[in-house]
Amino acid sequence: MTKLVTGIIQPHRLDDVKAALEAAGVRGMTVSEASGYGRQRGHTEVYRGAEYTVDLVPKVRVEVLVEDEDAGLITAVVIKAAQTGKIGDGKVWTVPVEDVARVRTGEHGTDAL
Amino acid sequence: MELDTGNTAWIIMASSLVLLMTPGLAFFYGGMVRGKSVLNMMMMSFGAIGVVGLIWVLWGYSGTFGTDVGGFVGNPFEYFGLEGLTDENSLMAASGVPALVAVGFQATFAIITVALISGAIADRTKFGSWLVFVALWVTVVYVPIAHMVWGGGLLGADGITSGLSTPIDFAGGTVVHINAGIAGLVLALVIGKRRGFGREPMRPHNLPFVMLGAALLWFGWFGFNAGSEFAADDVAGRAWINTLVATCAAMLAWLVVEKFRDGHATSLGAASGVVAGLVAITPAAAAVDTFGAIAIGAVAGVLCALAVGLKYRLGYDDSLDVVGVHLVGGLTGTVLIGLFATDGDNAWYPDGAMNGLFYGGGVTQLVTQVIVAVAAMVISGAATFVIGVILRATIGLRVSDEAEVNGVDLAVHGETAYETIGGARRTGTDGTGRGDTAHDSLGGTRATTEAKR
Repeated sequence: MTKLVTGIIQPHRLDDVKAALEAAGVRGMTVSEASGYGRQRGHTEVYRGAEYTVDLVPKVRVEVLVEDEDAGLITAVVIKAAQTGKIGDGKVWTVPVEDVARVRTGEHGTDAL
Repeated sequence: MELDTGNTAWIIMASSLVLLMTPGLAFFYGGMVRGKSVLNMMMMSFGAIGVVGLIWVLWGYSGTFGTDVGGFVGNPFEYFGLEGLTDENSLMAASGVPALVAVGFQATFAIITVALISGAIADRTKFGSWLVFVALWVTVVYVPIAHMVWGGGLLGADGITSGLSTPIDFAGGTVVHINAGIAGLVLALVIGKRRGFGREPMRPHNLPFVMLGAALLWFGWFGFNAGSEFAADDVAGRAWINTLVATCAAMLAWLVVEKFRDGHATSLGAASGVVAGLVAITPAAAAVDTFGAIAIGAVAGVLCALAVGLKYRLGYDDSLDVVGVHLVGGLTGTVLIGLFATDGDNAWYPDGAMNGLFYGGGVTQLVTQVIVAVAAMVISGAATFVIGVILRATIGLRVSDEAEVNGVDLAVHGETAYETIGGARRTGTDGTGRGDTAHDSLGGTRATTEAKR
């Protein structure tokens, strides 16, 4: 079976996370820009004296498909590489994936990883 | 007239610099609006170039610098289509610059003045109505005001202040900035607020555009101010230096106000301070010395930084602060001439003008400057109000609520500035397609018919 590990991380930690995942044997990932907030909330910006509250702060979402037994390891790799210890470091979660198919060959399941 | 090639070369160059200010203004304003109306904002500047450039050579120049009619306007038919204009009666004959060069230089001033007004009515104006407004306003307001100040009319040497002293407006504090500033205020009131003004966020969508626009404006402004000497000489050098230092002082002053009031020195504040300083030094460019220029810039930077907040308190939606920057900055420079005007240090000193209060001339020049500024505000404000109300009642000034909410770019121009994934799909062949988007990006564009080679 397959699991999807999703990490929401600080944008400036992406290079380290990517390198750590590659070193751990991960062969592919999907990275996208995201925005959101957790306990750190947002910040305020002032334009010509008019104040705006920006709730959503920029984040990067890293998604990796892994075999069941690797999920714990990959989660630990992401945490280690993304951690700064400051508020706003993000989250990592894992969900089960019903099926994965490789578009080029039509293979299914773990063969498609 | 004996041709002076040096002066002529400089004025041709200066005219080109000033013309570049209006596309620069398009970027300055375009970056400050929301992403859904940036194209409309920029098109208002480009549209002003198109309309005013034609009007200027047909009747604009003649109406400004033709033979005076009652102190209000020049004869618009005297040089209609530039017929009958000779180098002997060139505005710049005294410095050996041909008439057509003078016409070109003055055209660029009329263009930017009208374009400045567009910042007050961002995000909500019908483009066609804007073009009609531009044609009417340049004819009924700009041409008469420019004539009154520069063409020998009521706000010039022999005008309403002839019993006091000669008003000083070197490069257009009254003609350009007070004029456009008060017109922006009146038009913003006539057209009404943007939906959601003061409640919804309307933050600038592209601050690098604003910085780029400020840079182009500053660059072009050296032609605006140093070119207004009509010659390549020491007074032009004085205007150039003052245009440098007043602007530096204003930018820093604006940033200091922001740092203390808001906590951060911002890029928008720097760009705004640059323009505030340029506006304020315009009427005084060659009429004050280096210290006067620094003082005028610093005062303008502080006053304009404080003035941009007024619209929220007073409840008028001057969207991009045409009032806070151009009216307040223009008034600052025009009035402070009454304190800092000097006849020394390569300065320009029109016949009948007097030194400012701080230079031993008493209060006469100060009073003269205030009278001219107030008169220009009354005339321009009243005429703009009439034009605005007539257009509102006839062809309408505003787009529909729906168009305003969805973005005036799409509703009025059928375009969007920025592509999003899956945003556009090609549905026609070259030249026949109704949508003209032709970018390639992830899922962005798909040709449904074979492209012609």
